[in-house]
Amino acid sequence: MKTLFALSSLLTILLTSSPSAQADWLQFRGPNGNGYIDGANPPTALSQDSIAWSAELPGRGLASPIIVGDNVIVTCASGPEQRQLHIYSFDQKTGVLRWHRQFWATGRTMTQSKTCVAAPSPASDGKHVYALFSSNDLYCFSLDGDLLWMRSLTLDYPNASNSLGLASSPIVAGERLIVQIENDSDSFAAGLNLESGVNEWKIARPKAANWTSPVALKAGNQVIVALQSSKGVLGVLPATGSEIWNFTKGAATIPSGAAAGDQLYIPSNGLTAIQTSKLTGEDPKKLWNEGQQRPGTASPLIVGDKIFVINGAGVLTCANRNSGERLWRLRLKGPFSGSPVSSGNNLFIFNEQGLGQCVEIGASEGKVISEIDLKETVLGTAALSGQAIYVRSDGHLWKLANP
Amino acid sequence: MKSFQPTLFFVSSWLALLLLGNGTTPHAGAATSTEIQKSINAINATGLEGKGNTQAGPAWKTLSKADTSAISPILQAMNGASPMARNWFRSALEVIVSQEIKSGKPLPINIIGDFLLNTNNSPQGRRLAYDLIALSDPDTAAKLIPGMLNDPSPQLRRDAVQGLIKEATDLQSAKKDAAASLLYRQALNSARDTDQIKKIAGQLKQLGNEVDLPRHFGFFTHWKVIAPFDNTNREGFDAVFAPEKEINLQAKYPSKEGKEIGWQDLALSDEYGMLDLNQPFGPLKEVTGYAYTEMEFDTARPAELRIGCKNAWKIWFNGQLIFARDEYHRGMKIDQYSLPIQLKKGKNSLLIKLCQNEQTQSWTVEWQAQIRICDASGTAILAKDRQPTPKAKKATRRKLKK
Repeated sequence: MKTLFALSSLLTILLTSSPSAQADWLQFRGPNGNGYIDGANPPTALSQDSIAWSAELPGRGLASPIIVGDNVIVTCASGPEQRQLHIYSFDQKTGVLRWHRQFWATGRTMTQSKTCVAAPSPASDGKHVYALFSSNDLYCFSLDGDLLWMRSLTLDYPNASNSLGLASSPIVAGERLIVQIENDSDSFAAGLNLESGVNEWKIARPKAANWTSPVALKAGNQVIVALQSSKGVLGVLPATGSEIWNFTKGAATIPSGAAAGDQLYIPSNGLTAIQTSKLTGEDPKKLWNEGQQRPGTASPLIVGDKIFVINGAGVLTCANRNSGERLWRLRLKGPFSGSPVSSGNNLFIFNEQGLGQCVEIGASEGKVISEIDLKETVLGTAALSGQAIYVRSDGHLWKLANP
Repeated sequence: MKSFQPTLFFVSSWLALLLLGNGTTPHAGAATSTEIQKSINAINATGLEGKGNTQAGPAWKTLSKADTSAISPILQAMNGASPMARNWFRSALEVIVSQEIKSGKPLPINIIGDFLLNTNNSPQGRRLAYDLIALSDPDTAAKLIPGMLNDPSPQLRRDAVQGLIKEATDLQSAKKDAAASLLYRQALNSARDTDQIKKIAGQLKQLGNEVDLPRHFGFFTHWKVIAPFDNTNREGFDAVFAPEKEINLQAKYPSKEGKEIGWQDLALSDEYGMLDLNQPFGPLKEVTGYAYTEMEFDTARPAELRIGCKNAWKIWFNGQLIFARDEYHRGMKIDQYSLPIQLKKGKNSLLIKLCQNEQTQSWTVEWQAQIRICDASGTAILAKDRQPTPKAKKATRRKLKK
């Protein structure tokens, strides 16, 4: 009996523990939506020897890969007018394909030539994979690739599209999948049921093109979703979409904000830090504003008490997160479309030519300590998990790890 | 670099799907025909805003675990299914097929081929059927393509056109210009995708051939136009100006500036059918214009009204508002929007409202649209009273004013 009990316990441990013993990277810019992950140990001496594996993709994408357990999930679009939508799951250890699903786009696939239909990054709650495309096609899968539900948000809302392409990445917040579909004609944000995909709520949003992604903040035990647009940032409850607060000083429509607990760092008049802790309907309190720290396309990164911004000229600025005071600057090799990510004392960023740069950020000055040239266009943001960096280029998904 | 590289295995997404698994394992007992039909019904019951998703997920799982007996009913289910339902079916079918091939069993090519060769079946479904055959027997599949030059499925037709373009290009390279022209002309007759049409037309012109692209696409070339009405603060989009209340081509109305304006003729010679309101009215800002045309058809039939436009626009067909969109200067292309319409036997009418906004950047000058009527494959439906395409006027050298 004791033996049986011991075997049962062992089985339980095996079934419930993460097989890879690594933190997942479940959405665009990681678990906190600010580019940082705790406890990962990606390679810092980047070189061609760092390429653990690469997998060919049949089409382009700007979407980041996400890491869910042993799965590396990535999307792309292929074929005439990018009408073939693909969702792939690769084994994170070996790069072997686990599953691949493909669909015909049901919405408009027109985009500006630099971006593409696979621009929004997928998201996960750890049990499901949610994949959204610029065509407004949205799919939910189990981790084994079972198709659980789908939505065609263009068939649902025929004017909800942007002829330049959409790029906002969905996030899971509380029990909802938050999607932000903003454009000149029919803008909305919605909280979808994770299990069925139906709208739990849907709110009108400013009628203006917007490519930013929702960001989740934690105010005490409460999760608040920050919806950014040219008008500012609206804080809503993920369960209901109810407005909690409204920051009305305007904000960028390409780089997204970065959250640290109940504080939000917004690309607004340069960079503006706000405190959002109160759930009493009071508007957020401005902590500081720095007009010189102006994010380009890349979204800000938060590492401890520091915030990092890359401007349109490719200059990385490190500032004190509490005061906004600039600590140091470093010119990187740009230009950048993706955002920086970090774990420990290292920052990772890939430029549009596919040059990956590892920046040591723990000292009083930043320093590029290694580079890797993937020799292929990279317009997306990397993902960090375990001992590895995952990044996608126009034609491949790459895993970089220590040899 | 470590030795393992999936790239080597990744010849195509399909091949990879088969070689490297599909993430599912089949049930010991495959679904019965009753279970398959029940699952198909559940997927066909899906609708807008997530309707039926809760039932469709388990239905997909049942189908994806089925054996090859499910292939025919799933392919048949593509006929008449909604775009989303077709995606549910496609995905389930791909899993079934990959499982079969993985386990070394031959695909029922005859059953799939029956579906492919019946041109009444779903165009997307038939393309999927072709891909499945190509997977199992690529040589046979390749032999089928040339016969699909006039296939109702644009996805199949495209490959046949591509083959002909390649043959014509080879002839052109060999300096056999007359033969190349002939093949390009045959390719153009069948081409429906804009990228292929542009490529073929370019080669034909290079070889000295005349090409009537407006007729090929079915762009409307003869219009009555009237402008400028107001669009200050973009309020003209919602405002109802006189042409929306009545079509009286002899009437006069007050313009934005209070002047009297009336309908005037505009004949388009642009090879891609550009209805450019800057031509007759100048590069105005914060204005609204209308264009109207009539056409006669021999028979009533369903059709698609296709539009490319980077201004805010509304369109009425036979007096009924079909679609309205208030997006400005985010880009345009041929067939940017496809709208289902019903053609009447006899006279039909088309009215489009084009709003120009206040932006002053160089890329916001355009005040234009490209409009055509075609069938679902993109084949132009030409009016019986269609006029010849106007000849482009030769550019005249302007004298500089001293």
